[in-house]
Amino acid sequence: MISKRIIPCLDVRAGKLTKGIKFQGNVDIGDPVEAARQYYEQGADEIVFYDITASSDKRDIMIDVVRRVAETIFIPFSVGGGIRSLDDMRRVIGAGAEKVSVNSAAVLEPGIITQGARAFGSQCVVLGMDVKKVAVSRQTPSGYEIVIEGGRRYTGIDALTWAQKAERLGAGEICLNSIDADGTKDGYEIALTALVSEAVRIPVIASGGAGTPQHLADVLTRGRADAALIASMVHYRTYTISEIKKYLSCRNIQTRLLW
Amino acid sequence: MIAIIDYNAGNIASVARALHVIGQEYVVTDDTSVLTAASCVIFPGVGAAGEAMAYLRHKKLDSWLLGYLSSGKPLLGICLGTQIILDASEENDTQCIGLVGGTTRRFPENLVADGRRLKIPHMGWNRVALRRPHPVFAGVPAEAEFYFVHSYYPSPGDEKAVLATTEYGITFCSALAVNNLVAVQFHPEKSGRPGLQILKNFCGWRGR
Repeated sequence: MISKRIIPCLDVRAGKLTKGIKFQGNVDIGDPVEAARQYYEQGADEIVFYDITASSDKRDIMIDVVRRVAETIFIPFSVGGGIRSLDDMRRVIGAGAEKVSVNSAAVLEPGIITQGARAFGSQCVVLGMDVKKVAVSRQTPSGYEIVIEGGRRYTGIDALTWAQKAERLGAGEICLNSIDADGTKDGYEIALTALVSEAVRIPVIASGGAGTPQHLADVLTRGRADAALIASMVHYRTYTISEIKKYLSCRNIQTRLLW
Repeated sequence: MIAIIDYNAGNIASVARALHVIGQEYVVTDDTSVLTAASCVIFPGVGAAGEAMAYLRHKKLDSWLLGYLSSGKPLLGICLGTQIILDASEENDTQCIGLVGGTTRRFPENLVADGRRLKIPHMGWNRVALRRPHPVFAGVPAEAEFYFVHSYYPSPGDEKAVLATTEYGITFCSALAVNNLVAVQFHPEKSGRPGLQILKNFCGWRGR
């Protein structure tokens, strides 16, 4: 049977990692390509890069990073952040990424999902969703609302409705990020993840809140997630990916154990 | 020299990079005279069967492949490249190349395992259980997993063509082998070390 995927996420600004990554040994902690190589060696099942470069003139640096990563690791990787058009998607995929994730741009112009799926196939198009818990209302019957611009702007769109719509439009996968849980290290937003994952047919990657291997176990079982995104718990070497996988294996959660 | 068939498929560059890292020289081409001169050929693919077949017919690569296979030189199909070597695909009811008898089928709706409805596409890492040893899988541990991303799977007419199977609600053919042909549903170019091992084995295989 298919294994649950463990996916480290790296934030990159102007070609550099924004958080130091404490690898052992003599490693340039600022280099996303080297970090990707390390996670590849440690057994990451996939890698996500999130480009948080603010100025558009420095965006091309990311394309160079993508190209070098593609020459270094031989597992799938995706790139998100600042993807606004089919041309942006084409550049990232052309440089060697398997998948590209669209977030705010898809909320503002949902057609980009369909365009991307037609041009590159659904398996290339990941819908990134930033979600906040809100009161249940007629507008947000699930009690979860889509926010954009890094959580600053509420859209009035119900998270569950949006996930199902994105699937119809051609998204191949959903990366579901809870803004409430993000950075807390208190665990993933289990209820939200289960709600979305049960409502769509495409795989769902849980994101936001991972602090311990137990958090991953929870979201991959009760949360029904197909994959779990992790960041600081591995960046700061609190855990290695193989430690997390061993932990999950002891709890009968299947992951890829040989690489 | 290894040749990769260039036909607008999505993963050609990834396959090329994987060959580069294992130190294998290669050429990416749709020129049939170059392909004919190659020592072995890789037929990659990501995308839809209908469009791929239209392009291959336009370039006359479908009939070239039939001739190449009878030359006895090794051929490796990957993902869509595996699906469209069969007679037909359920994806848009496409007539395919017919190097091997059989049909590419869509995963049934409502696949269930352990009481849970399974997602489609089958996306992620899964095991590949060999039915018999094969030189292209030499040195690959039984526990190795490979990266899959697909909604259709090859179903060869002759059971003997099935080299390996994978479990995803059903047991499906994830690798097939007939004489000088090996074709895999997963992506060896994206499956870490075991995947690179398969590519390396293929490049050294004489097709017998």
